Amino acid sequence: MELQEGARVGVVGGGPAGTLTSYFILEMAQRAGLSFEVDIYEGRDFSRAGPAGCNMCGGIVSESLVQMLAAEGINLPPPVVQRGIDSYVLHTDVGQVRIATPGEEMRIAALHRGSGPRGAAAGPWKSFDGFLLDLACEKGARHIPGRVKELTWQDGLPAVQTDGQPARPYDLLVGATGINASGHKLFEKLGFRYEQPRTAKTSMLELLIGREKLQDSLGNAMHVFLLDLPRLEFAALIPKGEYISVCLLGHDIDRELVDHFMHSGPVRSCLTEDYESGSEACHCSPRINIGEAKHLFTDRVVLVGDCGVSRLYKDGIGAAYRAAKACAATVVLHGVSEEDFQKFYWPACKRMQRDNRVGKALFLSAGLFRRLAFLTRAMLNVARSEQRPDSRSRALSTVVWDTFTGSAPYTDVLLRSLKPGLVLPFAAACCCALLPFGEGKGSG
Amino acid sequence: MGIGVLGKVYEDSETIVEQGGTGDCMYVVQQGHVTVCVKQGDHEITLSRLGPGDVFGEMALFTKEPRSATVRAEGKARVLTIDKRGFLKRIHEDPTLAFRILQKMSERIRKLNEEVARLRP
Repeated sequence: MELQEGARVGVVGGGPAGTLTSYFILEMAQRAGLSFEVDIYEGRDFSRAGPAGCNMCGGIVSESLVQMLAAEGINLPPPVVQRGIDSYVLHTDVGQVRIATPGEEMRIAALHRGSGPRGAAAGPWKSFDGFLLDLACEKGARHIPGRVKELTWQDGLPAVQTDGQPARPYDLLVGATGINASGHKLFEKLGFRYEQPRTAKTSMLELLIGREKLQDSLGNAMHVFLLDLPRLEFAALIPKGEYISVCLLGHDIDRELVDHFMHSGPVRSCLTEDYESGSEACHCSPRINIGEAKHLFTDRVVLVGDCGVSRLYKDGIGAAYRAAKACAATVVLHGVSEEDFQKFYWPACKRMQRDNRVGKALFLSAGLFRRLAFLTRAMLNVARSEQRPDSRSRALSTVVWDTFTGSAPYTDVLLRSLKPGLVLPFAAACCCALLPFGEGKGSG
Repeated sequence: MGIGVLGKVYEDSETIVEQGGTGDCMYVVQQGHVTVCVKQGDHEITLSRLGPGDVFGEMALFTKEPRSATVRAEGKARVLTIDKRGFLKRIHEDPTLAFRILQKMSERIRKLNEEVARLRP
Protein backbone atom coordinates (compact mmCIF):
# COMPACT_ATOMS: atom_id res chain seq x y z
CA MET A 1 0.00 0.00 0.00
CA GLU A 2 2.48 2.65 -1.19
CA LEU A 3 1.59 6.29 -1.70
CA GLN A 4 1.73 7.21 -5.36
CA GLU A 5 2.55 10.49 -7.06
CA GLY A 6 -0.11 13.06 -6.17
CA ALA A 7 -1.27 11.18 -3.05
CA ARG A 8 -3.33 13.18 -0.60
CA VAL A 9 -2.41 13.29 3.09
CA GLY A 10 -4.67 14.81 5.73
CA VAL A 11 -3.13 15.83 9.06
CA VAL A 12 -5.49 16.61 11.94
CA GLY A 13 -3.64 18.91 14.33
CA GLY A 14 -1.15 21.66 13.57
CA GLY A 15 1.04 21.44 16.68
CA PRO A 16 4.64 20.19 16.45
CA ALA A 17 3.68 16.56 15.83
CA GLY A 18 1.37 17.44 12.95
CA THR A 19 3.53 20.11 11.33
CA LEU A 20 6.76 18.14 11.65
CA THR A 21 5.10 15.03 10.22
CA SER A 22 3.84 17.12 7.30
CA TYR A 23 7.23 18.79 6.82
CA PHE A 24 9.17 15.52 6.76
CA ILE A 25 6.63 13.71 4.57
CA LEU A 26 6.93 16.48 1.99
CA GLU A 27 10.72 16.69 2.29
CA MET A 28 11.27 12.95 1.97
CA ALA A 29 8.77 12.74 -0.87
CA GLN A 30 10.65 15.49 -2.73
CA ARG A 31 13.91 13.61 -2.23
CA ALA A 32 12.28 10.50 -3.66
CA GLY A 33 11.03 12.48 -6.66
CA LEU A 34 7.41 12.40 -5.53
CA SER A 35 4.89 15.14 -4.93
CA PHE A 36 2.13 14.77 -2.35
CA GLU A 37 -0.67 17.07 -1.26
CA VAL A 38 -0.69 17.61 2.47
CA ASP A 39 -3.54 19.38 4.28
CA ILE A 40 -3.04 20.43 7.90
CA TYR A 41 -6.25 20.97 9.84
CA GLU A 42 -5.63 23.39 12.68
CA GLY A 43 -8.28 25.67 14.14
CA ARG A 44 -6.04 27.59 16.54
CA ASP A 45 -4.63 30.92 15.44
CA PHE A 46 -1.06 30.84 16.79
CA SER A 47 -0.69 34.58 16.22
CA ARG A 48 -3.13 35.24 19.06
CA ALA A 49 -1.98 35.69 22.64
CA GLY A 50 -3.56 33.73 25.43
CA PRO A 51 -5.38 30.38 25.35
CA ALA A 52 -6.78 30.94 21.84
CA GLY A 53 -3.34 30.58 20.31
CA CYS A 54 -1.61 28.32 22.78
CA ASN A 55 -1.12 24.55 22.89
CA MET A 56 -0.36 24.68 26.62
CA CYS A 57 3.14 23.53 27.38
CA GLY A 58 6.15 24.66 29.39
CA GLY A 59 7.81 25.71 26.15
CA ILE A 60 11.24 24.11 26.36
CA VAL A 61 13.12 22.70 23.39
CA SER A 62 15.79 20.47 24.87
CA GLU A 63 19.47 20.71 24.09
CA SER A 64 19.47 17.53 22.02
CA LEU A 65 16.40 18.60 20.06
CA VAL A 66 17.85 22.04 19.31
CA GLN A 67 20.86 20.26 17.83
CA MET A 68 18.87 17.67 15.88
CA LEU A 69 16.59 20.33 14.41
CA ALA A 70 19.66 22.32 13.37
CA ALA A 71 21.07 19.18 11.72
CA GLU A 72 17.74 18.91 9.86
CA GLY A 73 18.15 22.48 8.65
CA ILE A 74 15.56 23.85 11.09
CA ASN A 75 17.24 26.65 13.04
CA LEU A 76 15.13 28.39 15.68
CA PRO A 77 15.39 32.15 15.10
CA PRO A 78 15.39 34.88 17.78
CA PRO A 79 11.72 35.90 17.41
CA VAL A 80 10.76 32.31 18.24
CA VAL A 81 13.32 31.77 21.01
CA GLN A 82 12.23 33.85 23.96
CA ARG A 83 15.40 33.08 25.85
CA GLY A 84 18.46 30.94 25.23
CA ILE A 85 19.12 28.90 28.35
CA ASP A 86 22.75 28.29 29.27
CA SER A 87 22.40 26.65 32.66
CA TYR A 88 20.00 25.38 35.17
CA VAL A 89 19.77 25.66 38.92
CA LEU A 90 18.54 22.70 40.91
CA HIS A 91 16.84 23.83 44.11
CA THR A 92 16.22 21.46 46.99
CA ASP A 93 15.21 21.86 50.59
CA VAL A 94 18.84 21.65 51.67
CA GLY A 95 20.53 23.80 49.11
CA GLN A 96 21.00 24.42 45.42
CA VAL A 97 23.54 23.96 42.65
CA ARG A 98 24.00 25.68 39.31
CA ILE A 99 24.94 23.47 36.38
CA ALA A 100 26.08 25.22 33.22
CA THR A 101 26.27 24.01 29.64
CA PRO A 102 29.73 23.38 28.28
CA GLY A 103 31.43 26.32 26.63
CA GLU A 104 28.93 28.93 27.88
CA GLU A 105 26.69 28.17 24.98
CA MET A 106 22.96 28.79 24.90
CA ARG A 107 21.78 25.27 24.16
CA ILE A 108 18.20 25.11 25.33
CA ALA A 109 15.38 27.19 23.86
CA ALA A 110 12.67 28.65 26.06
CA LEU A 111 9.76 29.73 23.91
CA HIS A 112 6.05 30.46 23.76
CA ARG A 113 3.99 27.87 21.98
CA GLY A 114 1.47 30.58 21.06
CA SER A 115 2.07 34.33 20.87
CA GLY A 116 2.44 34.84 24.57
CA PRO A 117 0.21 34.74 27.60
CA ARG A 118 -3.19 36.36 27.90
CA GLY A 119 -2.92 40.12 27.66
CA ALA A 120 0.55 40.04 26.13
CA ALA A 121 1.08 43.07 23.96
CA ALA A 122 2.07 42.40 20.39
CA GLY A 123 5.82 42.02 20.52
CA PRO A 124 8.70 40.98 18.34
CA TRP A 125 8.26 37.33 19.30
CA LYS A 126 6.70 34.59 17.26
CA SER A 127 4.85 31.45 18.22
CA PHE A 128 6.88 28.24 18.01
CA ASP A 129 3.88 26.33 16.73
CA GLY A 130 3.24 29.11 14.23
CA PHE A 131 6.87 28.93 13.09
CA LEU A 132 6.65 25.18 12.47
CA LEU A 133 3.30 25.58 10.68
CA ASP A 134 4.85 28.21 8.40
CA LEU A 135 7.78 25.85 7.70
CA ALA A 136 5.41 23.08 6.71
CA CYS A 137 3.48 25.45 4.45
CA GLU A 138 6.71 26.65 2.84
CA LYS A 139 7.43 22.98 2.08
CA GLY A 140 4.08 22.75 0.33
CA ALA A 141 1.51 21.89 2.99
CA ARG A 142 -1.86 23.64 2.97
CA HIS A 143 -3.22 24.96 6.25
CA ILE A 144 -6.96 24.52 6.61
CA PRO A 145 -8.16 26.61 9.54
CA GLY A 146 -11.29 25.34 11.19
CA ARG A 147 -12.39 22.60 13.47
CA VAL A 148 -12.64 18.99 12.33
CA LYS A 149 -16.17 17.83 13.06
CA GLU A 150 -16.03 14.18 12.14
CA LEU A 151 -13.84 11.46 10.66
CA THR A 152 -15.41 8.79 8.49
CA TRP A 153 -14.56 6.14 5.92
CA GLN A 154 -15.42 6.70 2.26
CA ASP A 155 -14.82 3.77 -0.08
CA GLY A 156 -11.99 2.50 2.08
CA LEU A 157 -10.35 5.93 2.48
CA PRO A 158 -10.39 8.01 5.68
CA ALA A 159 -12.27 11.28 5.22
CA VAL A 160 -12.26 14.56 7.15
CA GLN A 161 -15.38 16.62 7.68
CA THR A 162 -15.22 20.24 8.79
CA ASP A 163 -18.09 22.65 9.42
CA GLY A 164 -20.03 23.45 6.27
CA GLN A 165 -17.75 21.43 3.99
CA PRO A 166 -18.21 18.03 2.36
CA ALA A 167 -16.04 15.25 3.73
CA ARG A 168 -12.61 15.16 2.05
CA PRO A 169 -11.12 11.68 1.51
CA TYR A 170 -7.37 11.11 1.90
CA ASP A 171 -4.91 8.36 0.99
CA LEU A 172 -3.44 8.77 4.48
CA LEU A 173 -4.85 10.36 7.61
CA VAL A 174 -2.45 11.46 10.36
CA GLY A 175 -3.83 12.19 13.81
CA ALA A 176 -1.76 14.75 15.74
CA THR A 177 -4.48 16.13 17.95
CA GLY A 178 -2.68 16.07 21.28
CA ILE A 179 -4.68 15.09 24.33
CA ASN A 180 -6.00 18.37 25.64
CA ALA A 181 -8.54 19.09 22.94
CA SER A 182 -11.10 16.43 22.11
CA GLY A 183 -9.76 15.76 18.62
CA HIS A 184 -8.26 12.39 19.54
CA LYS A 185 -11.77 11.12 20.35
CA LEU A 186 -12.65 11.46 16.67
CA PHE A 187 -10.15 8.70 15.93
CA GLU A 188 -11.77 6.40 18.48
CA LYS A 189 -14.84 6.41 16.23
CA LEU A 190 -12.93 5.17 13.16
CA GLY A 191 -13.22 1.65 14.46
CA PHE A 192 -9.61 0.49 14.69
CA ARG A 193 -9.73 0.28 18.48
CA TYR A 194 -7.52 3.28 19.18
CA GLU A 195 -7.38 4.00 22.93
CA GLN A 196 -6.00 7.27 24.20
CA PRO A 197 -3.07 7.18 26.64
CA ARG A 198 -3.31 7.69 30.37
CA THR A 199 -2.78 11.29 31.31
CA ALA A 200 -1.84 13.43 34.29
CA LYS A 201 -2.79 17.00 35.01
CA THR A 202 -0.10 19.62 35.31
CA SER A 203 -0.30 23.28 36.19
CA MET A 204 1.22 26.14 34.22
CA LEU A 205 1.36 29.78 35.19
CA GLU A 206 2.78 32.76 33.34
CA LEU A 207 4.05 35.61 35.51
CA LEU A 208 4.72 38.99 33.93
CA ILE A 209 8.00 40.16 35.42
CA GLY A 210 9.58 42.39 32.80
CA ARG A 211 12.79 41.82 30.90
CA GLU A 212 15.18 43.61 33.26
CA LYS A 213 13.81 42.14 36.47
CA LEU A 214 13.82 38.73 34.84
CA GLN A 215 17.48 39.10 33.92
CA ASP A 216 18.28 40.09 37.52
CA SER A 217 16.30 37.25 39.10
CA LEU A 218 16.59 34.15 36.91
CA GLY A 219 19.00 35.27 34.20
CA ASN A 220 19.45 32.67 31.47
CA ALA A 221 19.03 29.74 33.83
CA MET A 222 16.12 27.37 34.11
CA HIS A 223 15.30 26.70 37.76
CA VAL A 224 14.14 23.22 38.72
CA PHE A 225 12.73 22.44 42.14
CA LEU A 226 12.91 19.13 43.94
CA LEU A 227 11.08 20.00 47.14
CA ASP A 228 9.45 17.80 49.71
CA LEU A 229 5.97 19.22 49.25
CA PRO A 230 3.00 16.83 49.35
CA ARG A 231 1.59 16.01 45.91
CA LEU A 232 4.37 17.83 44.05
CA GLU A 233 6.80 15.71 42.00
CA PHE A 234 8.84 18.59 40.67
CA ALA A 235 8.48 22.09 39.33
CA ALA A 236 10.34 24.51 37.11
CA LEU A 237 10.64 28.25 36.60
CA ILE A 238 11.49 29.00 33.00
CA PRO A 239 12.56 32.52 32.08
CA LYS A 240 11.27 33.86 28.80
CA GLY A 241 11.30 37.33 27.26
CA GLU A 242 9.09 39.24 29.71
CA TYR A 243 7.54 36.31 31.54
CA ILE A 244 8.41 33.47 33.82
CA SER A 245 6.65 30.21 33.02
CA VAL A 246 5.97 28.16 36.13
CA CYS A 247 5.38 24.47 35.51
CA LEU A 248 4.23 22.09 38.24
CA LEU A 249 3.95 18.34 37.96
CA GLY A 250 2.38 16.14 40.60
CA HIS A 251 -0.96 14.80 41.81
CA ASP A 252 -4.17 16.78 42.15
CA ILE A 253 -2.43 20.10 41.73
CA ASP A 254 -4.73 22.81 42.99
CA ARG A 255 -4.53 26.49 43.89
CA GLU A 256 -3.46 25.65 47.44
CA LEU A 257 -0.47 23.64 46.22
CA VAL A 258 0.45 26.32 43.70
CA ASP A 259 0.42 28.99 46.42
CA HIS A 260 2.35 26.75 48.81
CA PHE A 261 5.02 26.21 46.15
CA MET A 262 5.24 29.86 45.11
CA HIS A 263 5.64 30.98 48.72
CA SER A 264 8.26 28.36 49.58
CA GLY A 265 11.72 29.57 50.55
CA PRO A 266 13.60 28.28 47.49
CA VAL A 267 11.11 29.92 45.10
CA ARG A 268 11.06 33.22 46.97
CA SER A 269 14.84 33.28 46.86
CA CYS A 270 14.66 33.23 43.03
CA LEU A 271 12.09 35.93 42.48
CA THR A 272 12.89 39.60 43.08
CA GLU A 273 9.28 40.32 43.96
CA ASP A 274 6.80 38.53 46.16
CA TYR A 275 4.30 36.45 44.30
CA GLU A 276 0.69 37.34 44.87
CA SER A 277 -1.92 34.69 44.38
CA GLY A 278 -3.99 35.48 41.34
CA SER A 279 -1.42 37.86 39.86
CA GLU A 280 -0.48 35.53 37.05
CA ALA A 281 -1.08 36.67 33.48
CA CYS A 282 -2.18 33.22 32.42
CA HIS A 283 -2.96 29.90 34.05
CA CYS A 284 -3.83 26.54 32.60
CA SER A 285 -3.94 22.91 33.66
CA PRO A 286 -2.90 20.90 30.61
CA ARG A 287 -2.81 17.14 30.62
CA ILE A 288 0.33 15.27 29.67
CA ASN A 289 0.76 11.79 28.29
CA ILE A 290 2.01 9.41 31.00
CA GLY A 291 0.76 6.08 29.70
CA GLU A 292 0.64 3.95 26.63
CA ALA A 293 -1.95 4.59 23.97
CA LYS A 294 -3.20 1.47 22.24
CA HIS A 295 -3.65 0.73 18.55
CA LEU A 296 -1.98 3.78 17.07
CA PHE A 297 -2.52 2.81 13.46
CA THR A 298 -4.43 0.88 10.89
CA ASP A 299 -4.39 0.89 7.11
CA ARG A 300 -4.13 4.55 6.02
CA VAL A 301 -4.45 6.02 9.52
CA VAL A 302 -1.71 6.74 12.06
CA LEU A 303 -1.45 8.78 15.25
CA VAL A 304 1.62 10.76 16.27
CA GLY A 305 2.58 12.96 19.19
CA ASP A 306 0.90 13.22 22.58
CA CYS A 307 -2.23 11.38 21.44
CA GLY A 308 0.04 8.43 20.67
CA VAL A 309 3.35 7.94 22.38
CA SER A 310 5.39 10.63 24.08
CA ARG A 311 8.29 10.86 26.50
CA LEU A 312 7.48 10.71 30.18
CA TYR A 313 7.30 14.16 31.82
CA LYS A 314 10.03 15.72 29.66
CA ASP A 315 10.89 16.66 26.09
CA GLY A 316 7.40 16.31 24.66
CA ILE A 317 8.39 18.35 21.63
CA GLY A 318 11.41 16.08 21.13
CA ALA A 319 9.13 13.04 21.28
CA ALA A 320 6.86 14.64 18.68
CA TYR A 321 9.89 15.16 16.41
CA ARG A 322 11.01 11.53 16.74
CA ALA A 323 7.54 10.17 16.08
CA ALA A 324 7.06 12.56 13.16
CA LYS A 325 10.31 11.44 11.51
CA ALA A 326 9.54 7.75 12.00
CA CYS A 327 6.04 8.24 10.61
CA ALA A 328 7.25 10.23 7.60
CA ALA A 329 9.98 7.69 6.78
CA THR A 330 7.46 4.85 6.97
CA VAL A 331 4.91 6.64 4.80
CA VAL A 332 7.30 7.74 2.05
CA LEU A 333 9.81 4.89 1.97
CA HIS A 334 7.58 1.93 2.74
CA GLY A 335 3.84 2.39 2.73
CA VAL A 336 0.72 3.20 4.72
CA SER A 337 -0.60 -0.23 5.55
CA GLU A 338 -0.98 -1.43 9.10
CA GLU A 339 1.90 -3.84 8.47
CA ASP A 340 4.12 -0.99 7.30
CA PHE A 341 3.39 1.06 10.41
CA GLN A 342 3.88 -2.01 12.60
CA LYS A 343 7.24 -2.78 11.04
CA PHE A 344 8.74 0.68 10.58
CA TYR A 345 6.87 3.22 12.76
CA TRP A 346 6.07 1.17 15.84
CA PRO A 347 9.74 0.41 16.75
CA ALA A 348 10.36 4.15 17.35
CA CYS A 349 7.23 4.33 19.52
CA LYS A 350 8.16 1.14 21.36
CA ARG A 351 11.62 2.53 22.05
CA MET A 352 10.05 5.56 23.70
CA GLN A 353 7.66 3.39 25.71
CA ARG A 354 10.48 1.16 26.96
CA ASP A 355 12.53 4.21 27.81
CA ASN A 356 9.60 5.71 29.70
CA ARG A 357 9.52 2.67 32.00
CA VAL A 358 13.12 3.44 32.92
CA GLY A 359 12.15 7.08 33.31
CA LYS A 360 9.44 6.11 35.78
CA ALA A 361 12.05 4.39 37.93
CA LEU A 362 14.36 7.40 37.69
CA PHE A 363 11.67 9.80 38.82
CA LEU A 364 10.71 7.46 41.64
CA SER A 365 14.29 7.62 42.82
CA ALA A 366 14.13 11.41 42.54
CA GLY A 367 11.29 11.12 45.03
CA LEU A 368 13.68 9.37 47.40
CA PHE A 369 16.09 12.25 47.09
CA ARG A 370 13.28 14.66 47.98
CA ARG A 371 12.59 12.78 51.18
CA LEU A 372 16.10 11.84 52.33
CA ALA A 373 18.11 14.95 53.03
CA PHE A 374 21.47 13.19 53.19
CA LEU A 375 21.06 11.87 49.63
CA THR A 376 20.23 15.36 48.40
CA ARG A 377 23.17 16.89 50.23
CA ALA A 378 25.50 14.31 48.76
CA MET A 379 24.18 14.97 45.27
CA LEU A 380 24.56 18.72 45.67
CA ASN A 381 28.09 18.41 47.03
CA VAL A 382 29.25 16.18 44.19
CA ALA A 383 27.56 18.38 41.58
CA ARG A 384 29.12 21.52 43.07
CA SER A 385 32.59 20.00 43.04
CA GLU A 386 32.10 19.00 39.40
CA GLN A 387 31.37 22.63 38.47
CA ARG A 388 34.84 23.76 39.57
CA PRO A 389 37.08 24.79 36.65
CA ASP A 390 39.67 22.15 37.61
CA SER A 391 37.15 19.33 37.80
CA ARG A 392 37.79 16.49 35.35
CA SER A 393 34.42 14.87 35.62
CA ARG A 394 30.87 16.08 35.22
CA ALA A 395 29.37 12.60 35.52
CA LEU A 396 26.72 13.35 38.12
CA SER A 397 26.00 16.85 36.80
CA THR A 398 25.23 15.53 33.34
CA VAL A 399 23.03 12.77 34.78
CA VAL A 400 21.08 15.34 36.77
CA TRP A 401 21.02 17.71 33.78
CA ASP A 402 19.75 15.06 31.38
CA THR A 403 17.14 13.80 33.84
CA PHE A 404 15.60 17.20 34.37
CA THR A 405 16.00 18.64 30.88
CA GLY A 406 15.00 15.51 28.97
CA SER A 407 18.03 15.87 26.77
CA ALA A 408 18.98 12.19 26.74
CA PRO A 409 17.05 8.90 26.80
CA TYR A 410 16.29 7.76 30.35
CA THR A 411 18.00 4.43 29.68
CA ASP A 412 21.18 6.32 28.84
CA VAL A 413 20.85 8.35 32.04
CA LEU A 414 20.37 5.21 34.13
CA LEU A 415 23.36 3.43 32.64
CA ARG A 416 25.58 6.46 33.24
CA SER A 417 24.35 6.76 36.82
CA LEU A 418 25.56 3.22 37.52
CA LYS A 419 29.12 3.84 36.38
CA PRO A 420 31.86 3.66 39.03
CA GLY A 421 33.00 7.18 38.11
CA LEU A 422 29.72 8.46 39.47
CA VAL A 423 28.78 5.87 42.07
CA LEU A 424 32.03 6.00 44.04
CA PRO A 425 32.22 9.77 44.59
CA PHE A 426 28.50 9.86 45.30
CA ALA A 427 28.78 7.03 47.86
CA ALA A 428 31.65 8.87 49.53
CA ALA A 429 29.60 12.07 49.61
CA CYS A 430 26.67 10.14 51.14
CA CYS A 431 28.95 8.93 53.96
CA CYS A 432 30.10 12.49 54.58
CA ALA A 433 26.53 13.77 54.52
CA LEU A 434 25.49 11.19 57.11
CA LEU A 435 28.21 12.22 59.54
CA PRO A 436 27.25 15.09 61.84
CA PHE A 437 30.37 17.11 61.02
CA GLY A 438 30.14 16.32 57.33
CA GLU A 439 26.81 18.02 56.60
CA GLY A 440 27.32 20.22 53.56
CA LYS A 441 24.83 23.02 53.84
CA GLY A 442 24.72 26.21 51.91
CA SER A 443 23.99 27.22 48.40
CA GLY A 444 25.99 26.43 45.36
CA MET B 1 22.65 39.77 19.95
CA GLY B 2 19.75 39.70 22.41
CA ILE B 3 18.48 37.10 24.84
CA GLY B 4 16.39 35.04 22.44
CA VAL B 5 19.36 33.37 20.82
CA LEU B 6 20.92 29.95 20.72
CA GLY B 7 24.57 29.00 20.41
CA LYS B 8 27.71 30.88 21.30
CA VAL B 9 28.67 34.34 20.13
CA TYR B 10 32.10 34.77 18.60
CA GLU B 11 33.66 38.20 18.13
CA ASP B 12 35.12 39.40 14.86
CA SER B 13 38.14 37.27 13.80
CA GLU B 14 37.75 34.96 16.80
CA THR B 15 38.77 31.41 15.94
CA ILE B 16 36.02 28.84 16.18
CA VAL B 17 37.93 25.89 14.77
CA GLU B 18 41.70 25.67 14.36
CA GLN B 19 43.33 23.80 11.48
CA GLY B 20 45.16 20.77 12.84
CA GLY B 21 43.15 20.66 16.02
CA THR B 22 40.98 17.78 17.15
CA GLY B 23 37.24 17.97 17.15
CA ASP B 24 34.24 16.07 18.39
CA CYS B 25 31.49 18.26 17.12
CA MET B 26 30.20 20.10 14.10
CA TYR B 27 28.76 23.58 13.92
CA VAL B 28 25.81 25.37 12.39
CA VAL B 29 25.95 29.11 11.78
CA GLN B 30 22.92 30.74 13.38
CA GLN B 31 23.64 34.39 12.73
CA GLY B 32 26.39 36.36 10.99
CA HIS B 33 29.16 34.88 8.84
CA VAL B 34 32.32 32.86 9.20
CA THR B 35 35.28 32.38 6.88
CA VAL B 36 36.96 29.06 6.21
CA CYS B 37 40.72 29.26 5.59
CA VAL B 38 43.61 26.87 5.12
CA LYS B 39 47.28 27.52 5.78
CA GLN B 40 49.64 26.88 2.93
CA GLY B 41 53.18 27.58 4.01
CA ASP B 42 53.22 31.14 5.26
CA HIS B 43 50.00 32.06 3.53
CA GLU B 44 46.43 31.61 4.49
CA ILE B 45 43.94 31.01 1.70
CA THR B 46 40.27 31.73 2.18
CA LEU B 47 38.23 28.84 0.85
CA SER B 48 34.70 29.98 1.53
CA ARG B 49 32.37 32.22 3.46
CA LEU B 50 29.49 30.63 5.32
CA GLY B 51 26.28 32.20 6.54
CA PRO B 52 23.17 31.35 8.54
CA GLY B 53 22.14 27.72 8.22
CA ASP B 54 25.52 26.60 6.86
CA VAL B 55 27.29 23.69 8.48
CA PHE B 56 31.02 23.27 9.09
CA GLY B 57 33.26 20.87 10.95
CA GLU B 58 31.12 17.93 9.91
CA MET B 59 34.09 15.81 8.84
CA ALA B 60 34.98 15.39 12.54
CA LEU B 61 31.82 13.34 12.92
CA PHE B 62 33.00 10.72 10.45
CA THR B 63 36.79 10.65 10.78
CA LYS B 64 39.38 11.10 13.48
CA GLU B 65 41.54 13.28 11.27
CA PRO B 66 42.61 16.72 12.55
CA ARG B 67 40.54 19.70 11.50
CA SER B 68 41.29 20.43 7.87
CA ALA B 69 40.73 24.19 8.02
CA THR B 70 40.51 27.16 10.34
CA VAL B 71 37.15 28.83 10.75
CA ARG B 72 36.88 32.35 12.11
CA ALA B 73 34.03 34.71 12.77
CA GLU B 74 33.62 37.52 10.25
CA GLY B 75 32.10 40.27 12.31
CA LYS B 76 30.06 39.00 15.24
CA ALA B 77 28.78 35.51 14.56
CA ARG B 78 26.58 33.14 16.51
CA VAL B 79 27.27 29.46 16.09
CA LEU B 80 25.55 26.36 17.50
CA THR B 81 27.53 23.23 18.36
CA ILE B 82 26.24 19.79 17.47
CA ASP B 83 27.85 17.11 19.65
CA LYS B 84 29.26 14.12 17.83
CA ARG B 85 28.11 11.47 20.25
CA GLY B 86 24.49 12.57 20.42
CA PHE B 87 24.38 13.05 16.66
CA LEU B 88 25.77 9.59 15.89
CA LYS B 89 23.40 7.98 18.39
CA ARG B 90 20.50 9.70 16.72
CA ILE B 91 21.68 8.67 13.22
CA HIS B 92 21.76 5.08 14.44
CA GLU B 93 18.06 5.41 15.35
CA ASP B 94 17.17 7.51 12.32
CA PRO B 95 19.59 7.22 9.40
CA THR B 96 17.68 9.84 7.39
CA LEU B 97 19.14 12.48 9.73
CA ALA B 98 22.45 12.15 7.87
CA PHE B 99 20.86 13.05 4.54
CA ARG B 100 21.28 16.79 4.81
CA ILE B 101 24.94 16.46 5.82
CA LEU B 102 25.54 14.17 2.84
CA GLN B 103 23.76 16.67 0.62
CA LYS B 104 26.02 19.50 1.83
CA MET B 105 29.12 17.34 1.35
CA SER B 106 27.98 16.46 -2.17
CA GLU B 107 27.58 20.14 -2.97
CA ARG B 108 31.09 20.83 -1.71
CA ILE B 109 32.54 18.00 -3.80
CA ARG B 110 30.79 19.39 -6.86
CA LYS B 111 32.23 22.85 -6.24
CA LEU B 112 35.69 21.38 -5.64
CA ASN B 113 35.45 19.41 -8.91
CA GLU B 114 34.58 22.61 -10.76
CA GLU B 115 37.47 24.42 -9.09
CA VAL B 116 39.94 21.65 -9.95
CA ALA B 117 38.72 21.58 -13.56
CA ARG B 118 39.14 25.34 -13.74
CA LEU B 119 42.68 25.26 -12.38
CA ARG B 120 43.92 22.39 -14.51
CA PRO B 121 45.91 23.59 -17.52
